[in-house]
Amino acid sequence: MQTLLNAAQIEATLAALAQRLLDDPSLKSVPAHDIVLVGIRSRGELIAQRLAALIRKTRNITLSSGALDITMYRDDLSGPRAITIPQGTDLPFSLDDKFVILTDDVLETGRSVRAALDALIDFGRPRLIRLLTLIDRGRREYPIAADYVGLPMDAAGPDRKVIVHLTPTDAEDGVYLE
Amino acid sequence: MTAAPFTWTRPHLLDLESLSAQEIVAVLDTASALKEVSTRSIKKVPALRGKVMVNLFFEDSTRTKTSFSLAAQRMSADIVDFSVSTSSVSKGETLRDTARNIEAMGVDVIVIRHRSSGAPHLLSQSVQCSVINAGDGSHEHPTQGLLDLFTMREHLRSHKPGATSPTPEGPPFAGLHVAIVGDIANSRVARSNIHGLTKLGAKVTLVGPSTLVPNDMKRLAAQGEVEISHDLDAVLPRVDVVNMLRVQFERLTSAAFPSVREYSRFFGLTAARLAAAKPDLLVLHPGPMNRGLEITTEVADGANSAILHQVENGLAIRMAVLYLCVGANSVRQAQPV
Repeated sequence: MQTLLNAAQIEATLAALAQRLLDDPSLKSVPAHDIVLVGIRSRGELIAQRLAALIRKTRNITLSSGALDITMYRDDLSGPRAITIPQGTDLPFSLDDKFVILTDDVLETGRSVRAALDALIDFGRPRLIRLLTLIDRGRREYPIAADYVGLPMDAAGPDRKVIVHLTPTDAEDGVYLE
Repeated sequence: MTAAPFTWTRPHLLDLESLSAQEIVAVLDTASALKEVSTRSIKKVPALRGKVMVNLFFEDSTRTKTSFSLAAQRMSADIVDFSVSTSSVSKGETLRDTARNIEAMGVDVIVIRHRSSGAPHLLSQSVQCSVINAGDGSHEHPTQGLLDLFTMREHLRSHKPGATSPTPEGPPFAGLHVAIVGDIANSRVARSNIHGLTKLGAKVTLVGPSTLVPNDMKRLAAQGEVEISHDLDAVLPRVDVVNMLRVQFERLTSAAFPSVREYSRFFGLTAARLAAAKPDLLVLHPGPMNRGLEITTEVADGANSAILHQVENGLAIRMAVLYLCVGANSVRQAQPV
C-alpha cells in the first residue's frame, strides 16, 4: 500500500478544509446555530466530528454535527452487492432552513452523494447543502461536484482503490492507495 | 485493519433455530437503525421500491398481518393480500400450486402463516422469491421471537447498562433470566423465544401446568440453559423478564387444565404476584391478551409492562427482516449461475 496522506497531513488537510468553510462567502453572515455538519456513515461522520472539534478549538465556534445512514437509499439493492447492516441516522437537529455541510471521506462515482441528498431531504428542507470531501477520486458516474476538496486525485491514474483510515474506527489515521 | 463488515445472506426467514447468534444480532441492529424511520414526518425509505410483498395467511391474524403490511409500506414495497377463504385454496388447490401462481405474478416476498408446522419450509423449496414465516402451527413465529428479543435488549440497555456482556464478542444476553409462562407445548412464540434467548446466552425457565409444559421441553434448546417449573411464585422473584403466553383456547384440548379459574389462580400474572418480583421486571405478552386470565388489566397496563412497545418494535423488526431477506435474495439472483 502506498501512503497518500499520513496522520499529520490529514490533520493539516482538515484544518485547511475548516478554513475554506469559514471563509465561504455564502456562510459568512450565517449564525453558527444555523450551520450543521452531516457526515455520511461511517467515515464521513468522523470527518464531520473532526471538523466540528477543529472549528471549536481554533475559532471558538460550535457547530452541531450528525450522521446520515444511506443504506436504505442506495440504488443497487437489486445488484450483486452484499447486504450490510445499517447503523442508523442520527441527526439531533431539524434540517429545516439549515445550511448543511455534507461530508464524506472519498468522493468517487457520486452515487453515495446522490443517495445522501435523497435521504437528507426526507428530514426537512435545508436552506442550502454544500459538499465536502477529504479525497476527490474523480471518475464520476453521476453529475455531482464537491464544494470543498481536501485532496484532488488524478482520475486518469492507475486503477487502485483509495482506503481511508480514521480513528477511533481504525487503529490509525492514514489515506492509502491499495 | 478493521474486520470485514458482516453481511446477511439468507433469502428466507423460516425460524430462529437455524439462525446464528450473529445473525440474530444483525436483525436486531438493523431494526434499531430502522426504528427511527417511524419517528420522521415522512415515515418511508425507498429501500424496497418496486418490490412486491404478498400476505398469504391461512390462519386468522390482525396485528401480525397489519404489522407486515405497514412495514412493507415504510420500506416502499407494494402489497397484495391473498385472501384464503375467497381463493382457489377453498377449491382444493395445493399450497405449492397457490404459491407458484402467486409468484408467477412477479412477487418478491411471500409472508406466510399456516396451521401446519413446516409449511414455510416447504414453500421456500418450491419458489424463487423470499419466504418469511409469520407463524406455522406450533413450530415457530420468528418475527415475534425477534421483536421480543429486541424489546428485552432495549430494556437491558436503558435499565441495566452494565448487565449486558462487557465485551462485544461475548453473549449479549449473558446473565439475563427469562421466564416463559403458559402453554409452552402449543406455542410457536415460546419456541422462537427459547431458540433466540438461549443462542444469545440468556437462561430460560418454562413455567406452566405439567400438561402444557412437559418435562421433555428441555430438549428444545440444543445448547443453553432451559429449566422447567410448575410454580410461578417460586420463579417470579428470580427472573428479569416474564413473557406471558396467551391461553390458546383454539388449540387446547379440554384435558389441559381443570378450569380457567384454576389456571388463572396458579399461572395468572397479578399485581399481588408482581409485588414479589424484581422492581424492574419486564412484562411481555405477544397478544392478543385474555385480560383477567393469564394477565390482569392492572399488570398489562402497569409500569412493568412493555406490551405496546412490543407492537411498536414489531414494526421495526419486520422492516429489518424484509430488507435483509429481499435484499439477500436479489443478491443471490444477480449472481451468475
